[in-house]
Amino acid sequence: MPILEVQSLSKSYRQAGGETTAAIGNISCRVEPGEFVSFVGPSGCGKTTLLMTIAGLLAPSAGRVMVNGREVSGPPADLVLLFQEYNKSLFAWRTVLGNVRFGLEARGDHSQNAAGKARSLIDLVGLSGFENHFPWELSGGMQQRVAIARALAYEPKVLLMDEPFGSLDALTRLELEDALLGLWTKLKTTIVFITHDIEEAIYLSDRIWVLSRRPSEIVEDIPIDFSRPRNQLSTRAEARFMEMRNKIYRQISNPAAK
Amino acid sequence: MNGRYNFNWPGWASFVFLLLLWELGARVAPGYRLYLPPISSVIGALGQLIISGAVGRHLLATLERFLAGYLIAAAIGVTLGILLGYFQPLHNLLGILIELLRPMPSVAIIPVAILTLGIGDSMIVAVTVYAGVWSILINTIDGVRHIESTLVDTGRTFGLSRSRILWQIILPGASPYIVTGLRIALSIALILVTTAEMIAGGKGMGFYILDEERSMNSANMYAGIVIVAALGYTLNRLFLALEGRAMKWRHGMMAREMA
Amino acid sequence: MRAQKISGLLFLVGLMLAWESASRADLMNPLIVPHLSRILGIFWDMLWSGAIPMQILLSMKRAAMGYLLAAVVFIPLGIVMGLSQGTYRALEVIVEMLRPVPPPVVIPVALLFFGLEDEMKVFVIFFSCAWPILLNTIDGVRNIDRVLLNTAKTFCLSRSQTIWRIILPAASPQIITGLRVSLPIMLILVVISEMVGSTDGIGYFILDAQRRFKVAQMYAGMFALAILGYALNQVFNLLHRRLLSWHWGMMKRDLE
Repeated sequence: MPILEVQSLSKSYRQAGGETTAAIGNISCRVEPGEFVSFVGPSGCGKTTLLMTIAGLLAPSAGRVMVNGREVSGPPADLVLLFQEYNKSLFAWRTVLGNVRFGLEARGDHSQNAAGKARSLIDLVGLSGFENHFPWELSGGMQQRVAIARALAYEPKVLLMDEPFGSLDALTRLELEDALLGLWTKLKTTIVFITHDIEEAIYLSDRIWVLSRRPSEIVEDIPIDFSRPRNQLSTRAEARFMEMRNKIYRQISNPAAK
Repeated sequence: MNGRYNFNWPGWASFVFLLLLWELGARVAPGYRLYLPPISSVIGALGQLIISGAVGRHLLATLERFLAGYLIAAAIGVTLGILLGYFQPLHNLLGILIELLRPMPSVAIIPVAILTLGIGDSMIVAVTVYAGVWSILINTIDGVRHIESTLVDTGRTFGLSRSRILWQIILPGASPYIVTGLRIALSIALILVTTAEMIAGGKGMGFYILDEERSMNSANMYAGIVIVAALGYTLNRLFLALEGRAMKWRHGMMAREMA
Repeated sequence: MRAQKISGLLFLVGLMLAWESASRADLMNPLIVPHLSRILGIFWDMLWSGAIPMQILLSMKRAAMGYLLAAVVFIPLGIVMGLSQGTYRALEVIVEMLRPVPPPVVIPVALLFFGLEDEMKVFVIFFSCAWPILLNTIDGVRNIDRVLLNTAKTFCLSRSQTIWRIILPAASPQIITGLRVSLPIMLILVVISEMVGSTDGIGYFILDAQRRFKVAQMYAGMFALAILGYALNQVFNLLHRRLLSWHWGMMKRDLE
């Protein structure tokens, strides 16, 4: 059974001036457990709105979202959304360890070995030694890792990530892409990823959905079958990689194509 | 307070309700009339005071002293603040003295002022100036010192002289801080004037309110408080209005010069 | 850095020496400006005899009660008003009506109700500290980033968990600001209320000394008040550092 199912979802909202904006036109898709899927699309096409709606933070205007067979009417317990503005979502008053422990606490784990679990997660994201630092003491990339560790501490079945690496420099981005894949392989969480970076999407995912402009719909459903584990050098060097990239790029930049 | 689209019905309703409660309470328990006279008598007293002008001279006295104290404080505070903020050696010299005098509440200067100046207008204005200068001074120094070096460098790269940089970059750049200091000084000045009037006596709203309390005319006392609150509110609004216009001018000037 | 401090120190010492020599040379009216040495001498004596500490203690007792009462009442109220738009609007007019009242002007009302007792001062300080504490708390709660609230939601926190674990910590810097701003207000008002209506306390002490022309004592009292103000500031900073060490660190970084 698909772990996440979006059925004919559409979402519009009222602007301050009173006009209605249709962000999502009509989206239907299915995600199997353990898959890594990505949405790509032109900027402003409503990707964030889509994730917020799937995460239960916004209500659909029509259609519905099913997580684990249950309809979403509020933030589902098995799902966590990682926000684009990760620095604003981290808790400034808690250390790295405290932030990651929060994920466990939210799960209901206030046990003694919670600290131990938190530490191993911090190690997993590569931040060993920074447990007692505060978020403001860390770089952007490190803050993002804390946010990821915190989300993983919650042990969600589905992890939604809203352009998590968008504001990082290119090298950090590559590093985190691999770190994420490592975590995903190990923990077997389902990941729904949004990015404007087509190559990143191809590199990471099992499947890509290309979105149209607003009101967005899925214009293309592309399975990615490069072998895993992926490699920054060899995978990206394959001829098909560039073909796929060009195809998607054309798809996005040509609004007429549907 | 009153949004353009949204008149605060619940807010005014609860306020009126409170007043009604007061009125009822005062009528039901006449023994407490002294402390809490019925709101109707307060309103009555207020009306009478305004019409008869009995409180006029007190209000005028307070206003005069306030304006004198505030404006002098502003002049001294801003000037001194700019000097201290701009000339580091001067700031070094006076820095420690300032840090030592700062923690002392400015009202403690009142007895000294009475000793030197007696209990007249000059004493009241003097203590108001003293208190007002502090907040204006500190904030002005802050503002001048925290000008982004990039801004100053911009001026220099355009070949501006030191004084032009001061007038056209540093002052406008520091103006938000200066305005903050001036705004805080507004309430401080009113506090000092009313306090000094209570201690010195003679005339002024501070004196009037205390005097009415001593004569057990509580309705008049409350009426006086309402008048002073209205004064404070009006001064605040005036300040906001002036600030709106003044800041726009400065920004306009900056934009024009840089074009 | 040190060079800067040295010139300031020298200036201060120079000023003090000038004061002392000028007063000894009879250049200043001893009734208004006594010898600096005399002032310091009296301060020292009264410090150790307990006369000054006693007055300070009396004043601080009243001040602390008023301040803490205001915190205990207006921080929770501010949180509620910050979270509930309905409550905010219901109370907004009342707050806006009471706010422009200059605090000293409340003293005669307090005198009416409480006479010259401690309660009078406690009430005045309670009223005066209310607004900075209340308004800053409301602001702190209202200005919490939406992303933080959404984070709480995506982790499925309950309403009360959200308030305790996210809203309170996130608003605490602004709440502390309100408490910090109220501290000098507390000090000013305790002095004023003691000058206008009291028979003891440091404010009364200074005014009384002036009335009896014990001028050196008056200055000694002012000096004690300055030290008190400084000490309160330091204590507050210490508490800030301890309780909100995370924020203290952030603030220091921003100042650089």
